[in-house]
Amino acid sequence: MLQSPELYSRSTFSSRLINVLARYSFMIALAFLLFGFILLLSGNDPIQSYKDIFSSAFGSVYGFSEVLLAMIPMLITALAVALPSRVGLINVGGEGQLYIGAAFATWGALTFQNLPAWILLLLMMLLGMLGGALWAFVPGYLKAIGLVNETITTLLMNSVAPKIVGFLIFGYWHSAMDTVKTANFVSAARLPTFFGTRVHLGMVLALVLLALFWFVMKYTRWGLEMRAIGGNPQAARRNGIPLKKYLITVMCIGGAIAGLAGMSQVSGFYGVLLLNFSIGLGFMGFLICWLAGGEPIGILLMSFVVAIITTGGNMLQLTRDLPYATINILLAFTLFVVLARPTLSKGKKA
Amino acid sequence: MPNQEQIQPPVIALRGITKVFNSVMANDHIDLDIYNTEIHALLGENGAGKSTLMKILFGFYRADGGEILLNGKPIIIHSPRDAREVRIGMVFQDLNLIPAFTVAENIALFLPGLKAVLDRQEIDQRINEVSQRYNLHVKPQALVSQLSIGEQQKVEILKLLLSEARLLILDEPTRVLAPHEIEALFGILDNLRKDGYAIVLITHKMKEVLNCADRITVLRGGRVAGSLLRVEASEHRLVKLMFEKELSGLKINPKSGSESSAPVLELQDVETHAEGAGISLHGIDLGIHPGEVVGVAGVSGNGQRELCDVVLGMETCVKGRKFLHGKDLTNQSIQTMRKNGVSFIPENPLTMASVPFMTVLENMALTQTWRYALHGGFSMDWKTVKADVDETVKKLRFTVNLYTIAKSLSGGNLQRMIILREMSHNPRLIIASYLTRGLDVQSTLAARQELIQARESGAGVLLISEDLEELFTLSDRLLVLYGGKIVGEFKPSETDIYEVGHLMTGSEVQHAAES
Repeated sequence: MLQSPELYSRSTFSSRLINVLARYSFMIALAFLLFGFILLLSGNDPIQSYKDIFSSAFGSVYGFSEVLLAMIPMLITALAVALPSRVGLINVGGEGQLYIGAAFATWGALTFQNLPAWILLLLMMLLGMLGGALWAFVPGYLKAIGLVNETITTLLMNSVAPKIVGFLIFGYWHSAMDTVKTANFVSAARLPTFFGTRVHLGMVLALVLLALFWFVMKYTRWGLEMRAIGGNPQAARRNGIPLKKYLITVMCIGGAIAGLAGMSQVSGFYGVLLLNFSIGLGFMGFLICWLAGGEPIGILLMSFVVAIITTGGNMLQLTRDLPYATINILLAFTLFVVLARPTLSKGKKA
Repeated sequence: MPNQEQIQPPVIALRGITKVFNSVMANDHIDLDIYNTEIHALLGENGAGKSTLMKILFGFYRADGGEILLNGKPIIIHSPRDAREVRIGMVFQDLNLIPAFTVAENIALFLPGLKAVLDRQEIDQRINEVSQRYNLHVKPQALVSQLSIGEQQKVEILKLLLSEARLLILDEPTRVLAPHEIEALFGILDNLRKDGYAIVLITHKMKEVLNCADRITVLRGGRVAGSLLRVEASEHRLVKLMFEKELSGLKINPKSGSESSAPVLELQDVETHAEGAGISLHGIDLGIHPGEVVGVAGVSGNGQRELCDVVLGMETCVKGRKFLHGKDLTNQSIQTMRKNGVSFIPENPLTMASVPFMTVLENMALTQTWRYALHGGFSMDWKTVKADVDETVKKLRFTVNLYTIAKSLSGGNLQRMIILREMSHNPRLIIASYLTRGLDVQSTLAARQELIQARESGAGVLLISEDLEELFTLSDRLLVLYGGKIVGEFKPSETDIYEVGHLMTGSEVQHAAES
């Protein structure tokens, strides 16, 4: 009877879940409705466009696997935002941490080409995490000693990281044929893929991390202490929880997770380090984390929805001749509607 | 002079004002008369109900009972807007200006009948007129963020005058002011009184009251303890009205510890550096021996919080040393202090000790997470947490529901939760700040009894309170804190509430020099 202090709410858990699902479906439907008007204005048939999007996502195994593939970096970068948010830190720096992680992992891939695959991949993961963690240490430390707000530092450092990657590629790593990317990774440095699709081991990593995040927050001592800090930092400090240590560590772990997303992109998706390979993956993670309210299940659902929208956007670009930018309008509508949090029934607040 | 005003009817009369917060009577049938051309001081301890009463008059709170009469006719004040319409204005304790605006803009925001397009010159002119008449010199174009607290207060008063208020309520205006600023403020108030304004001054500083008030009402525990004219009042009488209470029954055995044993806690010449409006501690020397309760009397805001925080390790000592059980633990982490058996019952259990959105049980584990961690931290031993709480519950004989969210508890229950948590694990040093605030009579007795119990088993106790009766009953030694310094040290048997009360309120009294 005493497994967890949250037992008191167990009885209403399923009804709460249904409530949340209904609410989110309603909000997403609302976003699609708004976007329908945009499509109408641009002279397209919204119904047909949505059919295209959904048939591309669910119509074939290939289409569905592409959605899953797009989900991988979203899941990981969203987690890189969700964890620090539990101690009240706002990590907008997923993008920069992802770049540095990718650079560290690439160094491993280019330097130790002769290692067996499982050692090399493990090494690249560790390097990627180290890179992201180092990049996040700076804002975390500055925040902990009370100097600079982490939102600003992480955001600013985002514009530095791609430049460093560019410097490394142009200066040292570029391949003989092409100056904007490295040589292709050896196959030992590629994350294995599944069932002949492009979905790679990064998916498993992401799901394991998500489950770990849920477990740590709910059951462990560290989860309890982190929730205390997030809930009332002053009281947590007076109760003897080491606040500074947590702020720095959690920020670094968040960075490490984003760095791992970078590693998974270069090793699993591209197989090469490209100049400016990520256009806003880190920001996408931030968006998803906010849409999901930082909850693991929510992150899974929202990543799925956003992945459908972005891969569907590619499809619209091909079949409907719509510029890809219009899909950003749909994403913006989604964000807008979720932030406004309309409810179906009055009196029930989240 | 005041006798002349007696003939006039009061401009505002409060009749039977009652206000209940979470089943605590903040105001219990209070009657109060406010006259024109008069400064009326509301005197009382913190929590006596002064601010609540005035916030009701200003429409900030709504009374649960009673009525307000304006020139003998009942009026309804349901919002500060209503209050402004009958020309009542209030300056809150924490000033309410917009820092990014200029003085003129802040005042303009508050003007009745403000035009759609601001006539800056006219506003500046009006500000200058009034500020010259009452010596309230501020530049209309200065940014509020660049003004000192004293100047900001002048702006607040100007704001009220320009909005044509005739009754001015000032909530502890001198709390943040330097002595010369206080003098200037009283000069201003004096001028306003001569011009027929009615002024209500909320304070707990005796000296100020006697300096400037025409009429003094003392509140105690939400009731009027007495209302006097200045001529009838003396420090002695006011102290008696403010603090005197009947003593309740409590079993206290004679002191068990001896002063010769090594102290649990020793502070040597400790000094802190305050930021902003906080108070710095200066030259604090303090020793607490095992089995000793050291009481600290003082009006809140005189360094009590800082003293607790310095002992706990929340605040750094810029000078001096701190020893716990003879070990030098100056500026060590709070976790180190907690692991060495220090426990802390803070003045505000909601903001300083608990995490509102966690359950009570989770809150109970927060100070001892290392003790309850299983498998190196991968899970928590909630059974033991509950067992520990149950054991303390048995001793204290009051209980709280372990599975509700802390936020949903009332103030008293929250205090109980914190007391339960901090009294378990046989603490060696207990810092208790306003131990019984918000507790009912029975819980108060139980909490005090438990403190005595802890003392008898050899713990040292630092007890901070404004409740002199509590301090005199429980303390083996009594210190008085004023302005961040220890201004008196007594054995409770060798002093009385008058002497301590005088020192607390910073008033001069001859035999204070002896100590």
